[in-house]
Amino acid sequence: MKYVDEYRNHKVAKKVVDEIRRIQTRPWVIMEVCGGQTHSIVKHGLDYLLPEGIELVHGPGCPVCVTSLEMIDKAHAIARHPDVIFCSFGDMLRVPGSQADLFTLKSQGADVRVVYSPLDCLKIARANPEKKIVFFAIGFETTAPANAMLVWRAKNEGLKNVSILVSHVLVPPSIAAILQSPQNRVQAFLGPGHVCAIMGYREYEPLVARYKVPIVITGFEPLDLLEGTLYTVRQLESGRADLENQYVRAVNREGNKPAQKLIWQVFDICDRKWRGVGSIPKSGYKLRYEFRDHDAERLFEVEEIDTKESQLCISGQILRGIKKPHDCPAFGKECTPQQPLGATMVSAEGACAAYYAYGRHLKREDLVQVA
Amino acid sequence: MNSPLRSLNPEEEKLEAEGPIRADLLGAICPVPILEHKQIVLGHGSGGKLTSDLIQKFFLPAFSNEYLERLDDQAVLEINGSRLAFTTDGFVVTPIFFPGGDIGSLAINGTVNDLAMSGARPLYIAAAFILEEGLATEDLRRVVDSMRKAAQEAGVMLVTGDTKVVNRGKGDQIFITTTGIGVIDSPSRISADRAQSGDAVILSGYIGDHGIAIMSQRENLEFESNIESDTVPLHGLVAAMLEASPEIHVLRDPTRGGVATTLNEIAARSKAGIRLDENEIPIRESVKGACEILGLDPLYVANEGKLLAFVGQKSAEPVLERMRQHPLGRDARIIGRVVAEHPGMVLMKTEIGGTRVLDVMFGEQLPRIC
Repeated sequence: MKYVDEYRNHKVAKKVVDEIRRIQTRPWVIMEVCGGQTHSIVKHGLDYLLPEGIELVHGPGCPVCVTSLEMIDKAHAIARHPDVIFCSFGDMLRVPGSQADLFTLKSQGADVRVVYSPLDCLKIARANPEKKIVFFAIGFETTAPANAMLVWRAKNEGLKNVSILVSHVLVPPSIAAILQSPQNRVQAFLGPGHVCAIMGYREYEPLVARYKVPIVITGFEPLDLLEGTLYTVRQLESGRADLENQYVRAVNREGNKPAQKLIWQVFDICDRKWRGVGSIPKSGYKLRYEFRDHDAERLFEVEEIDTKESQLCISGQILRGIKKPHDCPAFGKECTPQQPLGATMVSAEGACAAYYAYGRHLKREDLVQVA
Repeated sequence: MNSPLRSLNPEEEKLEAEGPIRADLLGAICPVPILEHKQIVLGHGSGGKLTSDLIQKFFLPAFSNEYLERLDDQAVLEINGSRLAFTTDGFVVTPIFFPGGDIGSLAINGTVNDLAMSGARPLYIAAAFILEEGLATEDLRRVVDSMRKAAQEAGVMLVTGDTKVVNRGKGDQIFITTTGIGVIDSPSRISADRAQSGDAVILSGYIGDHGIAIMSQRENLEFESNIESDTVPLHGLVAAMLEASPEIHVLRDPTRGGVATTLNEIAARSKAGIRLDENEIPIRESVKGACEILGLDPLYVANEGKLLAFVGQKSAEPVLERMRQHPLGRDARIIGRVVAEHPGMVLMKTEIGGTRVLDVMFGEQLPRIC
């Protein structure tokens, strides 16, 4: 397939890997920020193509995984209302709250619908004027413009029965939080390609300057990821810490200005709780005051829900790159995608689920032998 | 706070003065897992792990017998010296008309194929119709006409049936259950537990067409494609393969859950390992593209006119050659082999040269966020 196959060419991949091997003199720990990158790395087996000293650790960039339990409980409280049609991206349905998941609520009679685009909610709202349509607006900066567009259009088209439950999170504050942790092991980052396609990469420049850490904005295809890794290793080996952009075909410094404009029209920055990490100041979006009539948290009076999360798994440490999925004694045994103990096992983008689905609970020897 | 390794410029100093962006490191937190569903959820019908749980927990203990325990898509019964294949299947597809077919042709072909996967010659079909109040009679006529054509093409007779009507809202236009019976002429004993080390894994053609054709018609998906369902009866292809060699150990049509789930079932039942080569798996560009956009994996997307065959090493080439002469096997390929290592597991060499494990699908395949 054009524009895909070019980035999966095994001959070019081998050249890039050989070059990494040639210049590498010592072990390095590199974090890929996005869940989509983690997924691609394990789906294509890239971690086994790289030299052993290059350790890829998986970052906090899975929106499903980092959505706090409290927010999920709020979503469930809203979805239980008989006059609500609750709309969500698909992989949010399986994430358990304190009592149930959305699949279970659906089986109990709640009207829960999977949408591919937030804008589908407008159609649903027009077709069901007697119902309240609530969209679960989760995600990083990538999904923010489309979610903002939903609210903006609902307001401007007078669709009073549309609201969103906002649980947006932002990448740069989470990178800062990781770097400030005393347990941090990460020496360089593969930056989030899709997020930067929207936001540009200006806001990563202060991180590079302040923490002296290489950040390479990287795409999602196998060759993107290998090339991004090569750029970071080059920087690390020569003692540099620069911001580089591997994903030039999608990302520039300024990003998508109209999308950013829309985001600022609709959202304000706020503090946000992250599952597994805790509260990070200025790390999320909330609706601006002008859009309060479309704020589901306010309309359904769920602000008071405050769920305490219990201490059952190490997903928090995995989301911060301190541990890897197979460091967890429950991984692949008590904790599987069928019976997830943590959010990182629930979402297909979560590091644990990706590790499991692509066989990282097996021995390296078994897998290397196949290749 | 000042690390000896770095000096601050004025802008950084300003940042520092604002204080660090500090995370409350609460440590590990996790949701309480949902292990027991008190109600049936949609995933119980997806053909993946949840379906299997349901069978293990409810149906097997209740009806346990030597035929059922084989967990094949059909039972093979020996009666007065002849071997009969017997199967049943329910069809609830939405929309009922889709590119390349409809619920009627699907109901005939699905049951014909379940019989064919034992090597049987399909003979007779029974059908039960559950109709929802309000269904247009013209739609019913179209479905019935399509069933007539499919039965004629497959050479089976619909010999008995039943009709029920339910209140509006208690069904979804039309549900069809078909039951089929066929006779096995070949001496080959074909079953999911007979894969052996050294067997070639043959796939009869392009995968993912049916699932993507259905998805493209769902109301909440706005993409246009010219992908058509591959629904066809496969018994003719199977007969040709058995003519080429009796050394066919396993036959399965990878419907719900796709190629990956079917291969996992075979690996588990045969206690054998399977190794695939991603470069050999035929997937149309249009299906690949749709899957990339939707965040789906074609290896888990349903097919209705493809089969997977496990064939003894020496017979692989003759069987493959014979398949390629048949119109339904033109694009057949050897996509992998059975190995003695890692019993019960399916590994795949990826196109970029890495290694991936294919697991069974859990619940429904959910589109990913980004």
